[in-house]
Amino acid sequence: MKPILSLLWLIPALPLAAAALGAVTPRSGRRRAAAAAIAAMAGSLILSVLALRAALLNPSAHLYLNFDWFTLGSATVRLGWLLDPVNGLMCVMVSLVGLLIFIFSLGYMDKDENFARFFCFLSLFAAAMLGVVVSNSLLLLFVSWELVGLASYLLIGFWFQRPAAAAAAKKAFITTRIGDLGFLLGLIWLYDSTGTLLLYDGGGGVLETHALGLLGAGGLPFGLAASTAIALLIFCGAAGKSGQFPLHVWLPDAMEGPTPVSALIHAATMVAAGVFLVARVFPLFEADQALRSVPLHALTVVAFIGAITALLGALIAVAQEDLKRVLAFSTVSQLGYMMLALGVGSWTAALFHLLTHAFFKALLFLAAGSVIHAAHHEQDIRRLGGLRGPMRLTFATFAVGMMALAGVPFVFSGFWSKEAILHAASQWDVSSVPLVAALAGVVLTAFYMTRLVCEVFLGHARSEESSHAHESPPVMTVPLVVLAFGAVALGFLGTPAWPWIQSRMTGQPVAAHSILEGGGLMALSIVLVALGIGAGAALYGLRPRTDSAAPDPLAASMPRVFAFLANRMKLDELYAATLGRLNSFLAALSDVLDRRLWDGAVRLLARLGQLTGSLDREADIRGLNAGFDAVSSGVRRAGRAYSGAQTGAAQGYLRALALAFVVLALIAMWGGGR
Amino acid sequence: MSSLALLSLVILVPWAGAALLACLPRLAPRAQKALALLFSLSTLVLSLVAMSSFERAAGGYQFVETHAWIPSLNIHYHLGLDGMSLLLVLLTGLLSPACLLAARTKAENPRLFFVLFLLLQGAALGVFLALDFFHWFIFWELSLVPAYFLIKLWGGPGAARAAYQFVIYTIGGSAFLLLGFVALYAATGTFDFVELAAMGADGSLASKLAALGGYWPQAVFLGVFLGFAVKVPVYPFHTWLPSAYAEAPTGVSMFLTGVMSKMGVYGFLRLLWPLFPTALHDAALPIIWLALAGIVLGAYAAMRQTDLKRMVAYSSVNHVSYCILALIAVSAATGRPADAASSAALGGALLQMFNHGLSAGALFFCVGILESRSGGLRGLDDFGGVRTAAPVFAGLCGFALFSSLGLPGLNGFVGEFMIFRGVWGLAPWAAAVACLGLFATALFLLTFWQRVFHGPRAGAALGAFKDLSAREIAVLAPMAALMLVLGLFPGLITWIFNPLVRSWADHLTLP
Repeated sequence: MKPILSLLWLIPALPLAAAALGAVTPRSGRRRAAAAAIAAMAGSLILSVLALRAALLNPSAHLYLNFDWFTLGSATVRLGWLLDPVNGLMCVMVSLVGLLIFIFSLGYMDKDENFARFFCFLSLFAAAMLGVVVSNSLLLLFVSWELVGLASYLLIGFWFQRPAAAAAAKKAFITTRIGDLGFLLGLIWLYDSTGTLLLYDGGGGVLETHALGLLGAGGLPFGLAASTAIALLIFCGAAGKSGQFPLHVWLPDAMEGPTPVSALIHAATMVAAGVFLVARVFPLFEADQALRSVPLHALTVVAFIGAITALLGALIAVAQEDLKRVLAFSTVSQLGYMMLALGVGSWTAALFHLLTHAFFKALLFLAAGSVIHAAHHEQDIRRLGGLRGPMRLTFATFAVGMMALAGVPFVFSGFWSKEAILHAASQWDVSSVPLVAALAGVVLTAFYMTRLVCEVFLGHARSEESSHAHESPPVMTVPLVVLAFGAVALGFLGTPAWPWIQSRMTGQPVAAHSILEGGGLMALSIVLVALGIGAGAALYGLRPRTDSAAPDPLAASMPRVFAFLANRMKLDELYAATLGRLNSFLAALSDVLDRRLWDGAVRLLARLGQLTGSLDREADIRGLNAGFDAVSSGVRRAGRAYSGAQTGAAQGYLRALALAFVVLALIAMWGGGR
Repeated sequence: MSSLALLSLVILVPWAGAALLACLPRLAPRAQKALALLFSLSTLVLSLVAMSSFERAAGGYQFVETHAWIPSLNIHYHLGLDGMSLLLVLLTGLLSPACLLAARTKAENPRLFFVLFLLLQGAALGVFLALDFFHWFIFWELSLVPAYFLIKLWGGPGAARAAYQFVIYTIGGSAFLLLGFVALYAATGTFDFVELAAMGADGSLASKLAALGGYWPQAVFLGVFLGFAVKVPVYPFHTWLPSAYAEAPTGVSMFLTGVMSKMGVYGFLRLLWPLFPTALHDAALPIIWLALAGIVLGAYAAMRQTDLKRMVAYSSVNHVSYCILALIAVSAATGRPADAASSAALGGALLQMFNHGLSAGALFFCVGILESRSGGLRGLDDFGGVRTAAPVFAGLCGFALFSSLGLPGLNGFVGEFMIFRGVWGLAPWAAAVACLGLFATALFLLTFWQRVFHGPRAGAALGAFKDLSAREIAVLAPMAALMLVLGLFPGLITWIFNPLVRSWADHLTLP
């Protein structure tokens, strides 16, 4: 066993310890909390690099270390840690991007009074995400997964005094929890049919041949395999966390959190978790592929959901006026690409895009943070503008991020990872819809990113806030430069000519092709990128907006479409009108059932008891007591007053019960005696 | 240890405390409270003693005490402790001092309060330890009397009515229980739980009951079921619960939800299930639906409440129903159900009892803190931004909330996960329906959190809203710590009942 394997648990444990320390640090201990968080993250990064190096020595092996958690009845629940190139790469990415975001936060959150608490929550977030990555057990993964949800809840609602932030935090938690319930059901189904939730366990894990064979055979109605159902339930969880349609609605609202949090959610943690999960348990998703005559394969659903999300996110992003919201919807769209890649069977392309996206999206968010910080928290792109001059470094790095995201050819990493996805989609023999959606997304992405750059950085400042903007301090710009470097360099690890990342992740040599493999498709996508950038530049770059009140050129030409997209296709309203109403109806129904039906029945019983009581009393008075009337009239008056003071229910009830008891007991004794 | 009569001590020490306090009218209130706390703590100490010499591998009763009591009627003084009893005694020991600490010393006539509370504590312990119906039932009924006065005399404005309803309803339930057991006695000639359970297991109980003829077997089962169903409470016998829990003073609400609601579940596991395996199996489907109704409708009803105490009370209906669901799913199974599934369900149910006691107790305490700061307000809309005013309170209350909604890493998750895992293996559809309850729980608890703690400071949180006092921290911090520790290391507590659960699962032979 490699020594690094026994240290693997430290990768999430270090930031977790920093979070615990931060939790007990008073408000005044700013430096201590921040230093602990950054030191822990740096420690995790070093360990991650060592772990990756160890994993790369034998890329096809899954190294694991399992242990007992607890015993319940006769069953012992086991957990474990896992190391292979896939999660080695993820660990390095999460801890590196996380570290840069932590450092950036030093500057960005400088003036916040809850600075220490912020670093505590950031550390918890990173710890939970690293826990997801290094788990060799779906249960441990689920535990970490939910902690990711908790950390995101705490961070989105970090400025909890603002009602919008508090509401957004709750929305994120609840929406992702809906998906997580599916995940939970998938887990217990898997647990019940295989007896374990370990991924690898010397042949006994759920991702190993025995379990997959068991699950992949048909057996459900319509000849479906159990693995199809389990995979789709797990996919519910992934869709919630990774902002897939129809559970994407929380992601844009999550912008209410401080910008470093947005960067962390959108790049290194949270949304990456869903894509990573599907890639991690890919053998399970794939297990039903051998069944030919079934109506549905798990991966087909993944591909279509991904395609819808990719297109929908890109469309909505075109019409957003908030700097961070444009980026948020671009994340939705890019996550759609990753799911699409998974669905068409190329999990390596999905993870490659996940890694490159982590760098350029973290870059874009942090650069946006730099803008927002400089412009005194102005983030309406109509009121920004002209920042190219005063914020040269931010502009340059943002431009790098924009070109990586748009897929500007050859130099930027986003181009190569996106090409890998398009290539995989073109090879998919089930349907060409995902490919078409992805290509449409390409032109839209280039368009909305060009629009964003033109609105924010070109022209002149269109508000008081943006006219005073100046470049951010080095503690914020240095992370930008490092990320910009990554956003370029990472692409060269996965080109068709030198598919290093693909071959290391699969553990098998991947044949190198010409750099222009699939040249037709590549040429087409380059043309589409050029088209998108050209259209964006023509609409927004040639004559930059001069007045913040002027309508968007697109809104001027097609106002209704623009408004529809600006309102996020009215999906939030649709949910409120359907699911929200259903939910309130159920709550009202439960309440009315209690107040009227059940309580009414109880009251009725009490009334019956009361009735028996008064009948009883009348019988006593009229029958038995008649003879004593003259003597006991005084007593009777007192008794009547007394019984009037009683509500009657207790008396009657108990009397009837006691009577019945005696009778029944007598019968029972008599019956038993026989 | 048997010479020491440990179990009798467990029951009698709180009662001795009550008697002592009753004889010391001149004592200063602080000294009274200290004395009451001391006697209340005895349960925790004695349960730790019991844990230390508890035979780990054994599934049966330990520390057994048997003395002939009324020989002509074959009634014995019979106490015994197995994993389930130990778990509940431990829970009572942990919660009772916290409940007493939560009680406000300034209240009227504190001495009477302490006397009644210690009586209540002893009676509840008796229920968990007695193994002969005769004195078990005395403990069962006796627990009602102090509870009634505690609610009525120290409760809120609607307390008189709530206490009345609580007592009448539960006495109504126990009357049926009594009927059932008298008939059982008539059929078998014994009140002893162990003997009755043995007859239940080999089927002779059913045939003896059948010998009574007519509808007797069904009537006896129904009577016993009703008695426990009201106590738990099982939907729809729960309407007494929200008002009783809401009107009771904080410490008593904590005890009612933490300990007394466990008496009903205990009855299901100790008596109903072992004595009537076949009848329970036959009635399982409707009871599963009742449990699901409790889980789903209980959670949705909680969503509709504006009184925070009623909201937490309804969440108890939801949480306790998971235990019932787990048990009934096991008894609904035909043939020999998978060992792993049934032991997960049963073990999960036991764990859930303990966890719910902890988290619901803490939640009631938190609402009590809100009340004490605001002059009795506890509406969902009476507060805002409490987290700004009292960050430590917000943090510790957050533990209780997230434990209650089943966040992994805290104790609540482990029990619920095992219940779901077990129920899935036995009745998958029921697990799927129950998921709706998990969703609704998260929704109303986060609404609670958002309205009260988040947003700008508003309502009762506007003025001088003090953060936790040392006394309040002394109650909440250990509970929060336990939630975290048991969430991370459930093995610290599951060893207590593992052999018991194993023997339950081993002896499952269902029709």
